[in-house]
Amino acid sequence: MNRSELISRFLIVTGILLSVGAPLFLWARTPLIHARMAEDGGWNPDIIQAEVGKPLHLKITSDDVVHGFAVGQMEMQSVDVLPGKVTDITLNFDKPGIYTFFCTRWCGLNHWRMRGTIEVSGSSSDPEPASSLLYVSLDLDLDAPHDAPVVPNGKPSATNGQLLETNLPIDLSAEYYRSHSPYQVFNELSATTLTESQRWDVVAYLWQTNTTSTSLVNGNQLYAQNCAACHGENGAGDGVFADDLAAAGESSMQTMEGAMDMVMQSPVNFTDPRRMLGASPALLQGKILRGGMGTGMPMWGSIFTEEQIWDLVAYIYSFQFEY
Amino acid sequence: MAKIELTRIPFIKNALKSRYPQLAVFIVMLIGYIFAILAGLIGTPVGSHNFSIVFVWIAWWAILILVAVPFFGRGWCAVCPIPLPGEWLQRGAVLSPPDKRPKWLNLRVPKMFRNIWLQNISFLLLALFSSVLLTTPNITGVVLATMLFAAIRLSTVFERRAFCRYLCPVGGFIGLYSQTAPIELRIKDKQVCVTCEGKPCYNGSQAGYGCPWDVFPGGLTKNTYCGLCMECIRTCPHDNIAVNLRPFSADLAKPSTRMDEAFKAFIMLGSAMIYAGILLGPWGILKDAAYNVGTDAWFTYVAAFLAIIFVALPGLFTVGILHTKNTLPLKQRFASLSTALIPLGLMFWVAFSLSFVLTNASYILTALSDPLGLGWNLFGTANATWQPMLTSMLAPAQTLALVGGLIWSARTAQKAAGEVKVSPIPVIVYCFIATCLMLWLLL
Ligand code: SF4
Ligand code: SF4
Ligand code: SF4
Repeated sequence: MNRSELISRFLIVTGILLSVGAPLFLWARTPLIHARMAEDGGWNPDIIQAEVGKPLHLKITSDDVVHGFAVGQMEMQSVDVLPGKVTDITLNFDKPGIYTFFCTRWCGLNHWRMRGTIEVSGSSSDPEPASSLLYVSLDLDLDAPHDAPVVPNGKPSATNGQLLETNLPIDLSAEYYRSHSPYQVFNELSATTLTESQRWDVVAYLWQTNTTSTSLVNGNQLYAQNCAACHGENGAGDGVFADDLAAAGESSMQTMEGAMDMVMQSPVNFTDPRRMLGASPALLQGKILRGGMGTGMPMWGSIFTEEQIWDLVAYIYSFQFEY
Repeated sequence: MAKIELTRIPFIKNALKSRYPQLAVFIVMLIGYIFAILAGLIGTPVGSHNFSIVFVWIAWWAILILVAVPFFGRGWCAVCPIPLPGEWLQRGAVLSPPDKRPKWLNLRVPKMFRNIWLQNISFLLLALFSSVLLTTPNITGVVLATMLFAAIRLSTVFERRAFCRYLCPVGGFIGLYSQTAPIELRIKDKQVCVTCEGKPCYNGSQAGYGCPWDVFPGGLTKNTYCGLCMECIRTCPHDNIAVNLRPFSADLAKPSTRMDEAFKAFIMLGSAMIYAGILLGPWGILKDAAYNVGTDAWFTYVAAFLAIIFVALPGLFTVGILHTKNTLPLKQRFASLSTALIPLGLMFWVAFSLSFVLTNASYILTALSDPLGLGWNLFGTANATWQPMLTSMLAPAQTLALVGGLIWSARTAQKAAGEVKVSPIPVIVYCFIATCLMLWLLL
């Protein structure tokens, strides 16, 4: 075989090996987290290991539509994950535990099922005191009906309530507010000389004093990102996925978890006074934390911090009251 | 118009006669092709960010249909990597002269397959699945790999480039439209060939291989089946091969009489129109049907596609030319007159591809820097934003292409009609109606 033949064969073989080997090698060294709509598998991988005090570098890409990435119970801005693009993110954990990461974009009907966990090992210098949850200590039955038997004619006004409140014997403390439903407070005011609508105004005032504008803003943001897809921008239970949820019913539950005796329900309408005025903040906290067993409502306990849940609760009441 | 012999220019002549320039391009192409297969298989499933989709279906397609075919005919086949591994294997060498005894089966392709019907079918297969093929990197990777392995397999069973001649889905239409190109490879002097001993251009010699495309250069009258592999330039001991610059569509003056080629013209014309309707038209149902492969709607779409291409278009054409009474059999008139559809179809594809390519061209930059969608930024262009290019020029350019195509095909029709001695009017009317339809679809 002459030299030129040898050289060309060598070049061709090297070229082929390179064109196969190089991309394979580089590909194998770039571990990506793939995001897909829950129906197509959700996050992959969905369990990530990390260690306290060691920065965790993640590369995330989407295989279909725009998703978002955030880790629950952590101070972090959610980041967008664009199709075909890679988003780099670095996380730092200072407490061990199991964290939940989740999608923050309404990617599809089963958007809220797009969750995964980060298992953070190691020890922490600052162990978190276990705080017992209010709905647990109050022993509330989250699934019992709690409708208010009486509702106001219009939206109660906190401004009017403030004028009436001054010489009334009501407790403005956070404990009282959190453990009572608006209707219970309204009921306790029946001993006074106030008219019904005035009593509702006082209730609105009590709710307002337990709500700061920052918490409303935070609550609003959390709501828009996480709840509005189903419950609707304006709380009316008419989010973009609401109809689909109701229609998808059982089948959509089955695709994810196998056959189950569950039926999806239409999302709750937060503008319905009967429902909302009969619910105490503690009850709502419980529902958000635990999720609506068997309905489409996910559990948010692993995602929101306690403060975030109170912010959300405060925001949800703002559909009922004129602050 | 006279021809200009390009091989008279020493630089061109030497570049073609030497094997090395072509080999260098071959190696680069082969690396790119294999990389595209791999990118399709392991890269991001998001088509618009995967090298395989962006470089094959946007970049390569743009170059092929807008530049290579119209100006260089089979120029793409001169550098195409697909048949190479098979060919090298078949010869047992990259450059060295072949052994006297063939290494493999070296069979001749059976007579019944020695036409372009298989190519028509393979093209249609890809065309019917094009919506998923063009958007799913996995599938593109598999199809590219299949073509490579089919070419290798055929090379070890049959002689010469059986894949290119009879099976390649792109080769078929490149061949059809290469007749319009202003480039040709021909012999210089017939007399020299007549007396030439051994015909090394066809049979091979120590200087090189016999024509891989199974054509005898001495008999070339059209570009369709010459793959511009340049072997005959290297083997002809009498320096009797020339590459010429010539007027556009010179080959069409002598119309073909083959049905497989005639139908190829209808297939290409029809698919350009159907694609324009699906991809650029406002009909959502049509898009859905084409994209949801395997559903009832898709089967309906397939049936409609085939009916348009094999029944409606040729049927109307036949009805049109029925009245052109003369002694030649209808079949022959049909085949000859369909020659007029060749420039028309080419310009349809040019016009259609313009919008398709200009809208998507900006993905090329992104895919260049991050070919697998792994977050790389090789050339700093990974984050180029998507934007359609030259939008203001699009409609005028398309109109120009379509109207130009109509005039071109009308002239071709005149010549073809002259050959079979009938009136060209029905064919011109047919082309006119098709052009109006295409204008309406595109604009
Ligand atoms: S016929 Fe097909 S495979 Fe052969 S060289 Fe041309 S494009 Fe490539
Ligand atoms: S080798 Fe040259 S001269 Fe001989 S037949 Fe072929 S083209 Fe003609
Ligand atoms: S050997 Fe010559 S005639 Fe045959 S394909 Fe190559 S260039 Fe064309």
